[in-house]
Amino acid sequence: MMEYIPLDFPFLAAALLVGISFYIIIFKKNLIKLIMGIAMLAAGVNLFLVSLGYRAGGTAPIYTDVPEGPMVMSVPQALTLTSIVINVAVLALMLTMVIRIYRHTGSLDSEKSRRLKG
Amino acid sequence: MLTKIVRTVANQLILFIVIFGLYVIVHGHITPGGGFQGGAVVVSGIVMLLVAFSSQELKKLLRERVLSIVESSGAVIFIGLAFAGIGTVFFYNLLVGTPIFGRVPAIGPGPGDIWTGGVIPLMNFAVGLKVIAGLSAVVLALALFSGGEEVEE
Amino acid sequence: MAALITHSPILIIVIPLLAAFLTPLIGMTSRKARNVLVVVSLVFVAFLVFALARDISINGIHVYTLGATSPDLSIPTGFMVPVRIILEVDGMSVFFGIIWAIVSLAAAIYSLSHIASETGQNRFFTLLLLMVTGGFGMMFTGDLFNLFVFLEIASIAGAALIAFRTKFADTQEGGFKYIVVSAIASLMVLFAIGLLYAQYNSLNIAYLAQVIQYTTLDKIALGLFLIAFAMKTGMVPLHLWFPDAYSVAPASITGMLVITSHACMYAAFRICFTLYGGVINAPVVGWIIIIFGLLTMFVGVTMAVFQKDVMRFMSYHAISQLGYMWVGVGVGLAVLGNPGLLATYGRDAMSGGIFHILNHALYKPLLFFTGGALFHYTGTRDLTKMGGLAHKMKWTTILYIIGTLSISGIPPLNGFSSKILIYESVYQFNPILTITGIIVSILTLASFTKAFHSAFMGAELPEYKEVKEVPRSMIIGMVILAAGIVFVTLFPSLIVDWIIHPAADALIDPGPYISAVTGAIP
Repeated sequence: MMEYIPLDFPFLAAALLVGISFYIIIFKKNLIKLIMGIAMLAAGVNLFLVSLGYRAGGTAPIYTDVPEGPMVMSVPQALTLTSIVINVAVLALMLTMVIRIYRHTGSLDSEKSRRLKG
Repeated sequence: MLTKIVRTVANQLILFIVIFGLYVIVHGHITPGGGFQGGAVVVSGIVMLLVAFSSQELKKLLRERVLSIVESSGAVIFIGLAFAGIGTVFFYNLLVGTPIFGRVPAIGPGPGDIWTGGVIPLMNFAVGLKVIAGLSAVVLALALFSGGEEVEE
Repeated sequence: MAALITHSPILIIVIPLLAAFLTPLIGMTSRKARNVLVVVSLVFVAFLVFALARDISINGIHVYTLGATSPDLSIPTGFMVPVRIILEVDGMSVFFGIIWAIVSLAAAIYSLSHIASETGQNRFFTLLLLMVTGGFGMMFTGDLFNLFVFLEIASIAGAALIAFRTKFADTQEGGFKYIVVSAIASLMVLFAIGLLYAQYNSLNIAYLAQVIQYTTLDKIALGLFLIAFAMKTGMVPLHLWFPDAYSVAPASITGMLVITSHACMYAAFRICFTLYGGVINAPVVGWIIIIFGLLTMFVGVTMAVFQKDVMRFMSYHAISQLGYMWVGVGVGLAVLGNPGLLATYGRDAMSGGIFHILNHALYKPLLFFTGGALFHYTGTRDLTKMGGLAHKMKWTTILYIIGTLSISGIPPLNGFSSKILIYESVYQFNPILTITGIIVSILTLASFTKAFHSAFMGAELPEYKEVKEVPRSMIIGMVILAAGIVFVTLFPSLIVDWIIHPAADALIDPGPYISAVTGAIP
């Protein structure tokens, strides 16, 4: 059954995630929804990075009980891991700022809590 | 503070979570894992404690000065290990061939040898230390912050 | 000494990082020791950058491979491609490095007393040194993923520093806008890096420049890169976050953020000229950059004319001056395929754009620092409330005048040298660009004179009676930049021959950059 699933599925899923997240970032007004949109964009890009590292017939570069076959060089996995770590820091920073904005202005709406204009 | 059942279970489970997290950190060069992954597992255990007990209780356990010192020394150890090979090039793996973590792994399938890898396991320890201190400071600060108090200098 | 210069690319990046993490440990014991640590590490880094610049002008490109058995062994024996993280420093990189070293030293000295009344100063200096690390990493790296990581380091540290004064609501809003725009731009850069890695299986810029073919996916990647870096430098129409973030930050941080946006411009140049150098459709991309650069120049200065907040007013001017640089280098890109026109005016246009980067990096942080000095004792950034401050703040007035004359392009100051170079060469490409540039220059002078009049001139106001001259370290920070302006004013042709022309040549011809890494096959 596995041969009938086309190999493009992960890329379509990543493109769908990126598209939906851009819609959320541009059109939604709630600040928490904006942060969720950025988290979803990060998830889409990470999925794209992992799925482009697929090599048919390769095995993971771990020595314990490894089956026969060539081992892949795990560069895309390292890129994805670094991206996940960076996004953890970015999301923590954004959440802190949103909590402070809410404390100072009392609203999570991006139109009502604006102070800088012009 | 949640009920007595939750607190007791959390008290028993935290040991296993911390051991598993440290296992993931230490075996980072032979199995999937490493500094950040193991540190995140330990911090998830701390989040469990934060939910079971209140953040005020946890503030007495994890003092801010201790977390700051541990975090900074983790980073300084990492950069110091990278500087150790500056005789050749920065980040040079100078422990290959020496008895400390210096064996070359045998080619072919088999159980992994923990004493391989050179400087990499030591860097995993430093990064794990930094991640545990840093992320638990972040989690604790957010919990205290939404409860209403600020963390001043 | 020779060993120090060989290792200097990585030392310049790592010494601020080490100092950043030693700062909390040392700051717990004594404040003075921490201040000394910050200033000494930045002075040492500046010394290393100048030594490296001198060595590059004599010996050529420096390549540093991390973790190999020797620093320039970029392709190990038995391999056909470069496998490790490689730092590669050529004329363009070290030009930006010099700017960053000078401005970060001035900003650190300025911050020593500007934030002296705030809590959490250890964290401020840690984040400032992390931002310095991120900037140097972006300028010196030869690897695409390393560029992404250092871009994120600089953005996160910058956003945390913008939101440093947590008592006010508008700082949080500015910091939030900065981190959202940076996160989206960095994720687009990561997507483009993934597209390039999937096709060519390598992340090294020099190796990719050798093997790249201009497929559809490569065009998509180029578009994503340029949009992401244009978002970060505040090109119109993606500039709406720029004044909000730059006006609320502490003044020293705003000066450093300006150079961070210059570093993103450097990354865009590196991608257009070196990575896609041989295959890019130069006239099309060049014209797109020129048109958006013109819009940026014009929109920036027209929005600045009616501002009341002094820092917001200066940040709109920063947007418009960035437009000058895009136009200069865009003209050079548009004639890249045509050697005759390139020798006639293309190289001069690029030199003008790059020289304008140097001048802008000297007078713009100076102007932001004077704005911060105005804010320091009066407590307000509103120009309509200030008045008559020239009586008490003599040094600040003189430095503000120097900055104003520079930004408007009045001879003989340094702004004039770079603007005349841009005007003369761009006129031969298309006269409309020069005319727009001159109009923008006149409007700049008009708006700065108005701001000067309302803030400094006039009778003394009673509520500012106890305002005195700002503390000594803030003056020293501003004087460092003013000394740079005076130096460039007195010796423009020396600067152009020794620093600017090597940088422009390094961009026009990517050959030496590529062969420094891939030509090392044994």
